[in-house]
Amino acid sequence: MTEKMWPLYEVFLRPRNGLSHKHVGSLHASDDEMALQNARDLYTRRGEASSIWVVPSKAIIASAPSEREALLEPSTEERKPYRHPTFYEIPDEVGHM
Amino acid sequence: MTPSDAHLRYVLRLADTTLVLGHRLSEWSAHAPTMEEDIALSNISLDLIGQARTLYAHAAALEGKGRSEDDLAFLREQDEFLNLQIVERPNKDFAVTMARQLAYSTFAELAWGQLKGSKDEVIAGVAAKAEKECTYHVRHAAEWVIRLGDGTPESHSRMQAGLDDIWMYTGEMFETDAVDTAMIAAGIGFDPKALQPAWLAAMEHVIAEATLTKPTAGWMQTGGRNGLHTEHLGHLLAQMQVLQRAHPGAQW
Repeated sequence: MTEKMWPLYEVFLRPRNGLSHKHVGSLHASDDEMALQNARDLYTRRGEASSIWVVPSKAIIASAPSEREALLEPSTEERKPYRHPTFYEIPDEVGHM
Repeated sequence: MTPSDAHLRYVLRLADTTLVLGHRLSEWSAHAPTMEEDIALSNISLDLIGQARTLYAHAAALEGKGRSEDDLAFLREQDEFLNLQIVERPNKDFAVTMARQLAYSTFAELAWGQLKGSKDEVIAGVAAKAEKECTYHVRHAAEWVIRLGDGTPESHSRMQAGLDDIWMYTGEMFETDAVDTAMIAAGIGFDPKALQPAWLAAMEHVIAEATLTKPTAGWMQTGGRNGLHTEHLGHLLAQMQVLQRAHPGAQW
C-alpha cells in the first residue's frame, strides 16, 4: 500500500570520522522533510553521522548492469594494468599506504 | 507540606509525566502507519523513558525509604501518579497522537529550557539533555500536524478533531500550586505561567501553517498533578505494571 503511495529516497551519511557521504540504505517518505526525519530515526540511532543527505531515488541516474562490459570493463586491472600502481616498490619508511 | 515533600512531589510530577507519555507512545510499536514512523515513535518513546529513569532514581534518593526507581514506576497506584492528564490520553487516531505530541513537546521544550538552570543538579542535568530531545519531538510532531492539516479533506478534518480532542488538557500544563511556588522560590522549579505566551505563539504558528483552527479556550481539565486522573490511566498502568506485580523483583 504505502510502497505505491510514498516515494523512495536514498540515504547518505557522512560518518563522524569520514570525509564524504556514503550510501547506507533507503526509505519511504511522503515528502523531503519526512525523508530527512526518517533517515535520522532509521540510520543514526547510534550516533553514526555528522550529516545526512536524502535524495529521491528517481533522481539517481544509474548505469545498467547490461552496460557493464562496455562502460566499466575497459578500466579493470586485467585490461589496463598500467593504471593500477602495483609496479612500484614502496620504501619501508613510507609505512602503511 | 515540608520543603523536602514539595521537592519529592515536584520530581515525581516530572518523572510520571515523561514515563506515562513514553509508555503511551510505545503502544504505537508495530501499529504505526509505516515502518519508518514506527521507529520514529519508538525513538521518541525511548527518549522519554530515559528522562523518566534518571528522575525516578533521583526521587527514590530524595524519598530515602529504600525504594528503587522500578518501585516508583511499577508499584504505585493510579492516585499516586502525579503526571499531567494530557499525557495519559489514549492514542486513538494518529492525528490525536500528533496533536498531543505537539502540545506537550512544545511545552516540554520550553520547560526543560528553564529547568537547565535549576539548583537541583539532577533536574538540571536531565533538562539539558531533554531540551535537545524535545526540540526534535516538536519538529517531528509539527511536520505531521502541518502535513495532515494541510493535506486532504479527510486528513484535515481528522487533524482538526485531534487538536480539539486534546485542547482541554493543555491548561493543566500552566498551573501553579503550592509545590510549584515552593520550588520556584528555592530556585529548583520554573514558573509555567511565564511560558504560556511562548507556547501559545508556537502552537498558533503551526496551527496557521496547517490551515487548522485553534480550538476555543473553554473548560480546562485539571487534577493530574495531584493524583486525579481520567479513566484511561488505570488501564495504562495495568499493562505497564503487570510484569512487576505478577513477578515482583523480576529483572531482564
